Amino acid sequence: MAEKLPKKDVVIVGVGWAGGIIASELTKKGYDVIGLERGKDRDMADYLHGHDELRYSTRKEMMQDLSKDTVTFRNHTKMTALPMRQYGAFYPGDGVGGAGAHWNGQTYRFGPYDFEIRSMTIERYGEGKIPKDMPIQDWGITYDELQPYFEKFEAMAGIGGQEDEGPMAPPRRAVFDKNGEKKKYPVGPMKVSPMMKMFMDATTELGYHPYIVPTANLTEPYTNEDGVSRAACQYCAFCEHYGCEYGAKADPVVTVLPVAKQTGKFTVRPHSTVIKVLHTDGKASGVVFRDTITGEEYIQEADVVVLTSYVFNNVRLLLNSKLGKPYNPETQTGVVGKNYCYQVQQSGASLFFEDKEFNSYAGAGALGAVIDDFNCDNFDHSDVDFLHGGALRVMQTGKRPIATNPVPPIEGLPGWGKEWKAATLKWYHRNISIGGQGASLPNRYNYLDLDPTYTDEYGMPLIRMTFNYHDQDKKLSKYLAEKAEEIGKKMNATYIKVNGLELGDFNIANYQSTHNTGGVIMGNDPETSAVNSYLQMWDADNVFVVGASAFPHNSGYNPTATVGALAYRAAEGIEKFIKEGGSLV
Amino acid sequence: MSENKETFTEKKSTRRNFLKNSGLTLGGIVLGGAVTSLVVKNNDGETTVADSHSSHGAETSNFNRALMFFNIEQFLTVEAAAEQIFPKDENGPGAKELLVGYYIDHQLAGGFGSNAKEFRQGPFLKGEPTQGNQSAILNKDLFTMGVAALDAEAFKLAEKKFYELEEEKQIELLQKFEADEVALNGATSKQFFNLLKKLTIEGVYADPLYGGNANLEGWKMKRYPGSQMSYVNIIEKDEFVEMEPKSLSDHQ
Repeated sequence: MAEKLPKKDVVIVGVGWAGGIIASELTKKGYDVIGLERGKDRDMADYLHGHDELRYSTRKEMMQDLSKDTVTFRNHTKMTALPMRQYGAFYPGDGVGGAGAHWNGQTYRFGPYDFEIRSMTIERYGEGKIPKDMPIQDWGITYDELQPYFEKFEAMAGIGGQEDEGPMAPPRRAVFDKNGEKKKYPVGPMKVSPMMKMFMDATTELGYHPYIVPTANLTEPYTNEDGVSRAACQYCAFCEHYGCEYGAKADPVVTVLPVAKQTGKFTVRPHSTVIKVLHTDGKASGVVFRDTITGEEYIQEADVVVLTSYVFNNVRLLLNSKLGKPYNPETQTGVVGKNYCYQVQQSGASLFFEDKEFNSYAGAGALGAVIDDFNCDNFDHSDVDFLHGGALRVMQTGKRPIATNPVPPIEGLPGWGKEWKAATLKWYHRNISIGGQGASLPNRYNYLDLDPTYTDEYGMPLIRMTFNYHDQDKKLSKYLAEKAEEIGKKMNATYIKVNGLELGDFNIANYQSTHNTGGVIMGNDPETSAVNSYLQMWDADNVFVVGASAFPHNSGYNPTATVGALAYRAAEGIEKFIKEGGSLV
Repeated sequence: MSENKETFTEKKSTRRNFLKNSGLTLGGIVLGGAVTSLVVKNNDGETTVADSHSSHGAETSNFNRALMFFNIEQFLTVEAAAEQIFPKDENGPGAKELLVGYYIDHQLAGGFGSNAKEFRQGPFLKGEPTQGNQSAILNKDLFTMGVAALDAEAFKLAEKKFYELEEEKQIELLQKFEADEVALNGATSKQFFNLLKKLTIEGVYADPLYGGNANLEGWKMKRYPGSQMSYVNIIEKDEFVEMEPKSLSDHQ
């Protein structure tokens, strides 16, 4: 029999960015919050001695332990879904800090078009432009309404960027105080490395509008409104897959979690995996969780239940708890599991320069330059067969030697042995990449539900992903790949290897992006969305489901700032709910 | 038995030297710490016996240089195969000198060899190519099977162990494995080849704490500076900046 723990005001399931922000905001207001985290606890001591490519990048030290829980996958409903047995397409994080501990720190806002994608598409191109199997929908909130929450996130994290980003980037207000001046970013942009400069020069010559990628790798010492002081980034090249030993990369572990802990109102319970949300008649009473070390089961009761785990687990918990109506792709009814989206990441160009060497072993997760000329609805889509678009960028995240052994597309070059070795040594520092990050728009047949066969170690069904690339994605990928090639030529590369011209079926074995989204999407209508614009469930008003699971589609930008903004809005909504009760909209 | 062994070892100086030096020929009695030296066959086919405790300059002992998974015969084949993936050349040492064989041995003895962080629940179904690796075979078993198959193919070809073959023949066999032309029990030879290549690259370039990348020579060759604490002063520089690599042990 599960032991009942003392009741709390709020229980949070998953202690990453979303959980950390909500914990910090609510404990500052005096509420008692407990955070249940299935992975281990973390602090800065865990980040020292961390420049270890094998341990962190190759063996995925900070990622979810797949032996305990994974997803099953199929391309379409006629296939039998099989478990992702080893890491491939994406790397869900695990432990306190979640993916916020091992992210790169590229911190774009989604654009105005994203939040009103359906209305704006119809307005500009007519309803006929939207393919019939593409359930794009407005988010129930506009960019202008979300802007103050973006600003909260950026002020907390110390996001850096260029004051004048040009006409293509999402518009910003000068609201951040800096030495008596109002600025559009709390701190300045990252330094410009030679490869970034080459990209910016070439794209400018082509008539595009490059700017420096907004960053959560702190560009100067910074103290935020909570009094958290952090040091500046050293460009040491270990961001993605790694914790930052300087605390320079914004991470829940060094920003919101210490603030929550300092209130004395916040408890983190690591090694605690939540199995179910307890609820009757549209009201949740708490959660059942298991201590993963002892195997003991507990019940944590709370007035408000907040699901803040990764996309897959947010959806899975709802389905395993029979909370919310499961989505059915045949009838297109139900909402939980609907609009699972990803990103189109394969398009780009690998550039090789015979006469130029780059210090590409150095870098930072968010060090790069980008153009948005083909992102969102920044260009006329009348003559193309797809909607939305993507960013094109050169990133200098730091090339590490196990993972990076690029060779130019020279006919007959072998994949191992003497000639290959010499080529990898020669081209290692002579190679840079232009990467596309394309939006992923929903398809009615891309969705999440429960797997009928495979379970986790406690016998709970795994989440099943049904996902493939469709015409939209293939055309977008080709378009971005051609643009990347054009830029590569302008940069005078000796060899150009273009990727993504032909996007095949989604393959879970190849790493693409850990930007999985959807499944518990937000909106204005309970028939087509699971949560409202405060991420409060339509079907249970004391349950909030926070994270990229709320995105009705995924943009051509990295998702973290939008997750952060929505988490700040959800925190506000939770407080309002505790005071007033009922549906917030 | 001993007569057969004698005849067999007679034609293989490499093996004979190894057996002589290892103490394994002493009537089957294995002495404590028997494997104190190893046979190093360089690319000219010369065979020398290197003392395992003195091959790294100032480093007087490397107690990490010992086996926890392979037997010595398997080890020699693994070393030889890894050397063909990443051979010694004018740029610098190959897999063997970088101690990649020990790296692979140690990895297979640990969690990676037993696929500790992978989802292991059945049913193990074949699946589509888009569904990733669905094999029930553990990394350590795939590798052991692959090594046995390399030796079996070498025997078919020349009645030798793989590590005793000439370089060209070793390459030819590895190409055959890469092209999936050799059947393994429940696996393809390409799967084994891919694992061999993956582990070889890891052993060349992982921090030396894992047993490979001897003396940071892998990083030096690639002009990769390893674990530095800051590049803030070079990030904007146009010219290539080369520096002496640092390992994690420099930060202890």
